Amino acid sequence: MAETGRLSLPSARPLRLPVHPVTALRIGIIVAVLVIWELVSASGWLYRDVVPSLGAIGKALYATLSDPSFYFHLYTTFYEIGIAMVIGGVSGLAVGILLGGSKFMSRAYEAYLYYLGPCPKIIFFPIMIMWFGVGPGSKVAMGAISCFFPVALNVAGGMREIDKVLIRVGRSFRANTWQMVTKIYLPAMRHPVINGMRLGLGVALIGTLLAETKLSNRGIGFLVIQAYSIFNMPQMYALLIILFVIAIGANTVIGRVGGLDTIKRT
Amino acid sequence: MSEAAVAAGRAFARSRYGPALIGLGSFVAFIMLVELLIRVGLINRFIVPMPSDIIAAFPRVIEEEQVLHRFVLTATEALSATILVTVLGVTGGVLLHRYLLLRQATETWVAAIAAAPLVLMYPLYLVIFGRSALTIVMMGFTAGLAPVILKTLEGLSGTRRVLINVGKSFNLTPSQQFWKILFPAALPTIFVGLRLGLIFSLINIVGIEFLINFGGLGQLINELAERYDLPGTYAAICFVILVSVCVFVLMERLERWLRPVD
Repeated sequence: MAETGRLSLPSARPLRLPVHPVTALRIGIIVAVLVIWELVSASGWLYRDVVPSLGAIGKALYATLSDPSFYFHLYTTFYEIGIAMVIGGVSGLAVGILLGGSKFMSRAYEAYLYYLGPCPKIIFFPIMIMWFGVGPGSKVAMGAISCFFPVALNVAGGMREIDKVLIRVGRSFRANTWQMVTKIYLPAMRHPVINGMRLGLGVALIGTLLAETKLSNRGIGFLVIQAYSIFNMPQMYALLIILFVIAIGANTVIGRVGGLDTIKRT
Repeated sequence: MSEAAVAAGRAFARSRYGPALIGLGSFVAFIMLVELLIRVGLINRFIVPMPSDIIAAFPRVIEEEQVLHRFVLTATEALSATILVTVLGVTGGVLLHRYLLLRQATETWVAAIAAAPLVLMYPLYLVIFGRSALTIVMMGFTAGLAPVILKTLEGLSGTRRVLINVGKSFNLTPSQQFWKILFPAALPTIFVGLRLGLIFSLINIVGIEFLINFGGLGQLINELAERYDLPGTYAAICFVILVSVCVFVLMERLERWLRPVD
């Protein structure tokens, strides 16, 4: 019997890294970015202080987080965004249910929302200042306007996708409008509602903070533009890091709490 | 008689253009109501100008404030940002598709960047690029980049297996496989990304123009507001909204026209 050749290649053993290649690459990219940042900072290739050292940013981050006045500004921004979310979210929900529940209403008015939705909302800020003053009221209004559109459009879309059987069950039990909304519509379309709220929170945050940078004397947006005015670059980087952590964190939390990460993607 | 009128009304509401006309009619009625409330003094005319004054301000704003020039300026900034976004975004998407490890390592980062409030970095851009058109273009570019990368990647990854196999059966080189199979198949999805990228860029460009009081249409609103020219401010805001809506409708039509029938 002819023996079939057996390959024994001791050198063909796969190279085993102590960490997963994806993790290794991620760490590599982060380290490379940090090293390049430090090099640029130390070399002065860019304008002086535009790229502060990582140590300076770290110190500014610590100083900002340990400053009690920072929490007053953080509270102001959270307060404005919170009220904006309530006003924009509730009105968006109501309008979304109205549009999604009626074919006629949808055909008559939804196009206005659909095309107004992506327009740059910050241009309404001068009007909001005239209506609500230069205080937190105009920032809340900016946040509420920003939040309203994604919530309304998502809810309207979600309403149309509710299983008709569920609606018929509600009607056969002679549920009134309030019962239909709380027992049938909202539970059946919780995912579009939460998704709308998530998108709404993102744009409310942007609307409120941009308004703060334009005209304000309190809030995180004000702190950012103040850091720009006095050219305190490490503090500006520190504030931007805090803002991004808050924004991405809030986005993830709403997604997790609302179970968006459990939706099966088709 | 009244029953016939009710039936006719219902038929109109169900007709093709009936709801849209009713929507437009109620919008006009609302504007007229606001005009009336301002005239009788229930709404302060120093806070909300009369709609008739706003309409009358349109020709003045268009003539005196060089709206056409401003529009061209904003459009040029948007075009520059879109070219940057297209070149770097599509290249980024292709690279992520080509190198699986790079994709696995960075796709979630790109998605996080797409969801992050990047526009808040504008004071930083002001420091780096100065109070100039470059800041506005770079902000537009930053805002539009991530969706284009993600949509390019989605389009290339979603190429039907049978098309790739056809390419393989013809022994196409990797370059031929890309240009003859993958890229044409991904083009409709890439265009969706470009539309999103352009919209994000445009929103940010007009917003930053307003915030830093520099450039085209966004600055116009800021200037008129600072002059306390109320009808002019409202007219300029309406104008910017009209322009934005026209761009969105145009892009949507273009996308529908380019998208092959499934």
